[in-house]
Amino acid sequence: MFWRDTWTIFRRQMILSLRNPAWVLIGLLQPIMYLTLFGPLLEQVASVPGFPPGDSWKIFVPGLLVQLGIFGGFFVGFAVIAEWRAGVVDRMLVSPAPRGALILGRVLRDVVSLTVQGAVLMAAATLFGLAVPLYVMGLGLLLVALLGGAFSAFSYAAGLALKSEDSFAPLINMFALPVLLLSGILLPMSLAPRWLQVLSDINPFKHVVDGLRAVFLGDILSMTAAFGFGLALALMVLGLWVGARVFSGQVK
Amino acid sequence: MAETSGEAGAIHARGLRKTYAGRKGQEVVAVTGVDLDVAPGEIVGFLGPNGAGKTTTLKMLATLLKPSGGTANVSGCDLAADPLGVRKRIGYVSQAGSTLPDAPLMLEIESQGRLYGLSTKEARRRGLELMEALDLGGLERRKSQNLSGGQRRRLDIVMGLIHRPELVFLDEPTTGLDPQARANLWEHIRRLRDELGTTIFLTTHYMDEADSLSDRLLIIDKGEIVGEGTATKLKAELKGDSLTLTFSGGEAAETGEEVAAGLEGAANVVRQGNVLFLNLPDGARALPGLIKRLSDAGAEPIGAELSRPTLDDVFLALTGRSLRE
Repeated sequence: MFWRDTWTIFRRQMILSLRNPAWVLIGLLQPIMYLTLFGPLLEQVASVPGFPPGDSWKIFVPGLLVQLGIFGGFFVGFAVIAEWRAGVVDRMLVSPAPRGALILGRVLRDVVSLTVQGAVLMAAATLFGLAVPLYVMGLGLLLVALLGGAFSAFSYAAGLALKSEDSFAPLINMFALPVLLLSGILLPMSLAPRWLQVLSDINPFKHVVDGLRAVFLGDILSMTAAFGFGLALALMVLGLWVGARVFSGQVK
Repeated sequence: MAETSGEAGAIHARGLRKTYAGRKGQEVVAVTGVDLDVAPGEIVGFLGPNGAGKTTTLKMLATLLKPSGGTANVSGCDLAADPLGVRKRIGYVSQAGSTLPDAPLMLEIESQGRLYGLSTKEARRRGLELMEALDLGGLERRKSQNLSGGQRRRLDIVMGLIHRPELVFLDEPTTGLDPQARANLWEHIRRLRDELGTTIFLTTHYMDEADSLSDRLLIIDKGEIVGEGTATKLKAELKGDSLTLTFSGGEAAETGEEVAAGLEGAANVVRQGNVLFLNLPDGARALPGLIKRLSDAGAEPIGAELSRPTLDDVFLALTGRSLRE
């Protein structure tokens, strides 16, 4: 029942997305755009003192993958607001489907699409000069899937709780900038003053980025890597729990 | 009525209540306490002005809102103990619609059927059958944004019927439709009951809809049921013809109100501004005499209208307010 309904929701969302050529095209072009726009900049930044040691692509690509996971999931809440307004959410809540299946089916669509984008990004990065074994790429995709799932679940939960694009958009903006800056994805945090570094240490995404970088640099069995992946997994579980709570909380 | 365990398609509710926590801890009452009984195969119209608690009551019975108090048995299942059982047995057609504007109809119909346990193939088969029955044949590849208002409402009904429920809730099914599309939809709703025996519980704030479509009416105002019965019975209870008198000003109308209230047989005297409504047995015969008495009292009406009572008069008599406000 649960998995069948999850599949039903997933299939509906997937078909809706694939029928939209703009969604498919932008989804595939976006990772390549990241690389071509940031890549040239990266070669300059890599020579700055304080940039983590190692091959610059192995530092840069994990950051982009984490960014893809976070930001790819961030905005899906807008879609659930539109669905709520069209009566689709109520229609599904009044059906016998388990509430968890209603959110998991949606989250899985986002996980699949983000994983494909992650694969495109790494394939393109390989052309630019990234050289890592296939299983490292696989771990990279796993992390994108975990983070993407977590953020898509949080985003659906927030969208459905707020039910207004006008409140949802500022919420996203409030979170996006600090998360991005303090994770060291774009600029190394070693350049930051002490207080900013402390803030960054509290930011879980800094550790997720560090973990994936460790994997890309070959330290797969390190504590840093385990901590990063563990955090991502915990976020995904928390996200799905919160999401299922918000969906069932619609009936109150 | 005796409390039954509840048969398929029926509704029995007692003291169904919904309150919200308002600001400063005050309780906001949306539905004060609703008792209602609907028999299997009935078309019951739930009539009341906007904000009376119609949709809230409907959402509680359809498991979309948790009642703050009271009990209900919906299609044989206890609402509080077995909401899943209720969900399996009912169809719910919301005011807001049921499909994404840019989704192809068949995709929505398939997903809906599957959530009720049908195979994709069976959902598709039933969907095509229902679309044919509701004059939507050949539109399954369209998107709902390309349908007319009437077609979209019929699509919502297809969605609500895909699992052949014993009981269907229709929330304001014809709001926003032109008269022709409304009459057409009534036809479909009536046929649904006649051919499949489906119980239909619909909310409306249109008098003509309640009058021509429902077997029986429940009238709700300010969160409470204030009247119940067939349209004929409710009208007969008014005891007389409806008389509307218009005065030149509020003061004259007040004098008119006093005179009318003293009149033998006059009932349901309600004044709104400079207009007076009342019921008068054998109105055509009594009217000239009444106008003379009003003139003698210095409150000659500037207009008088006499009619057989309508549901609007029923509503006015029960609530002191016109439904058209």
